[in-house]
Amino acid sequence: MFRFIIRRLLITIPTILVVISITWVLIKLAPGNFYSGEKRLPAAIEKSIREKYGLDKPWYQQYGKTMWNIVRHLDFGTSLRFEGQSVNTIIRRSLPVSAAIGILAYLLALIVGVTIGSIAALKQNSRWDYTSMALAMLGISVPNFVLGPILVLIFSLSLYWLPPSRWGGFPSRNLILPVLTLSAIYMAYIARLTRAGMLEVLRSDYIRTARAKGLSEKDVLIKHALRGGLMPVISYTGPALAFLLTGTVVVERIFALPGLGNYFIQASLNRDEPLIIGIVAFISITLLFMNLLVDIAYAYLDPRVRYH
Amino acid sequence: MEPENKISPEMAVAEADVRSEESGEVVRGTSLWRDAWRRLLKNKLAVFGLVVVAIVTIASIIGPTVIKSAFGFTPDYIPTNDVRLIRSFPPFTGPNGEFSWAHPMGTDNAGRDQLARVLQGGQISLFVGIISTLVSLIIGVSYGAIAGYVGGRVDNVMMRVVDVLYSLPYVIVVIVLLSMFRSQTPRGQLTLLFIALGSVSWLTMARIVRGQVLSLKNQEFVLAARATGVSGPRIVFRHIVPNTLGPVIVYATLTIPQIMLTEAFLSFLGFGVQAPLASWGSLAADGVQNIAIFPWQLIFPGVTMALTLFSLNFLGDGLRDALDPQMRTT
Repeated sequence: MFRFIIRRLLITIPTILVVISITWVLIKLAPGNFYSGEKRLPAAIEKSIREKYGLDKPWYQQYGKTMWNIVRHLDFGTSLRFEGQSVNTIIRRSLPVSAAIGILAYLLALIVGVTIGSIAALKQNSRWDYTSMALAMLGISVPNFVLGPILVLIFSLSLYWLPPSRWGGFPSRNLILPVLTLSAIYMAYIARLTRAGMLEVLRSDYIRTARAKGLSEKDVLIKHALRGGLMPVISYTGPALAFLLTGTVVVERIFALPGLGNYFIQASLNRDEPLIIGIVAFISITLLFMNLLVDIAYAYLDPRVRYH
Repeated sequence: MEPENKISPEMAVAEADVRSEESGEVVRGTSLWRDAWRRLLKNKLAVFGLVVVAIVTIASIIGPTVIKSAFGFTPDYIPTNDVRLIRSFPPFTGPNGEFSWAHPMGTDNAGRDQLARVLQGGQISLFVGIISTLVSLIIGVSYGAIAGYVGGRVDNVMMRVVDVLYSLPYVIVVIVLLSMFRSQTPRGQLTLLFIALGSVSWLTMARIVRGQVLSLKNQEFVLAARATGVSGPRIVFRHIVPNTLGPVIVYATLTIPQIMLTEAFLSFLGFGVQAPLASWGSLAADGVQNIAIFPWQLIFPGVTMALTLFSLNFLGDGLRDALDPQMRTT
């Protein structure tokens, strides 16, 4: 197990560096730069700004400096657009927003999805099963940028129950609509995965053994079946996190939340190079470490899985 | 064992045919495809999906032309004689608030017909979905087939690369790519979109094809091909790949809605399709601006898109059940 973790870390770290490098190369290869916008600066001013940010150096020095700062100090430099603010400050400020809606959405999806999926599996081919699976398919098919505004239209603009947008601090009513919008698709996926996993497990030998031992149906389902049936859900966590990150981009945009995704879109539109690289790197690091955690959790939960 | 007693498969089949002729019954062998088609038709949801997808596709292709000949306006027709500030009318409403058949989905901010715009957007959305899926199909099938057929260390390295790519936030990288290389022409941006979407969505396809190839490559027909001196690439692409077609078709059908969703997401954020071209995603993005006053500007493109994706997903699930009953999982 220990060797497995070490080996995965040995793959993970170069991967992160490769992602950062790809982003850097994409940015440098693209025509134009941050200063080629509509408002042209006088040549002398542009020159001194370029000198200040080291943009007058040859590309290998720029690359080397960027990578060195990231590797050595985890320092992504200063934002070009938000003057005087370091990328690290911006990430630290916007992360709690994204993390709050992301984690809440995932928890909600997990609770609702597993419940619905288990019921559908236990009552296979019943009306419950068909209804919930059709609803799950609907959840997968309705884009979150359609669902979000429709929820706003219903609950904010027609019924006046909930605020339509903006960040209102951590436990606030402003969170309800973004979290619902974000979690719909995972709820649907998790319900489908749980149903499939449970259906397979319920037919397996160890469940028959558990029943034959005379365990109560409740114990069989919760202690034995659910643990096995949730394996597909756990292995989905990795891709789900990637989805979740992209989902937050749209949700933050719709609900005007000052999260990581919103900053990323602004940075991409403005060609704010250090901020783009910083956010891409941050997201990759989070994602890869989460995937590692998922794999470790998998080994603990499923005794058949052994890493070597 | 004496050679005379051996019956070749062809002879056995011929014998069976004769026997059935004798008993007077017409026995027709069912091919894999006919069998799958029959099973698909039994699945009501899949048939529903098929019908909706067919209707939306046909409507998108011929709709704008039909509207032009029926009402005389194209998707980008802006009524220039209308000088009023508000040109966006609710569904089935004429310029003076009366009932009218001219705009069943209402009009947008500039006074353009929504139905024509949604149908034209459908052309782009479906086109992007299909072309990008083809791109991902070509990459995924080649990659998976080569990894599976060559095997050994090469396979190990190639699949490790796929594992690593799987865990990357590829949509984020696509956004960087699209925003940095923003093309000056809408057509150029569309091409960029195909390449970007196709080149990030081949991973699962590669895994599926590799698995299939691994189980196929040790079968006798491959051995026979090798014995008769067929070259490696030819064995892979002429003998093995055609046999993986079932799962490949199933997964391709499920890839189309995923890619369409990603395209819509990118267009919604302003990185995808550029004006004057429009896709469902960019129409929804325009509609969101006016959600409080003109909700039909979002609802119609959004609902059309959701319905299409819903149908494509059901069709894909139905195809999976029909073509490969063993694969029934989610």
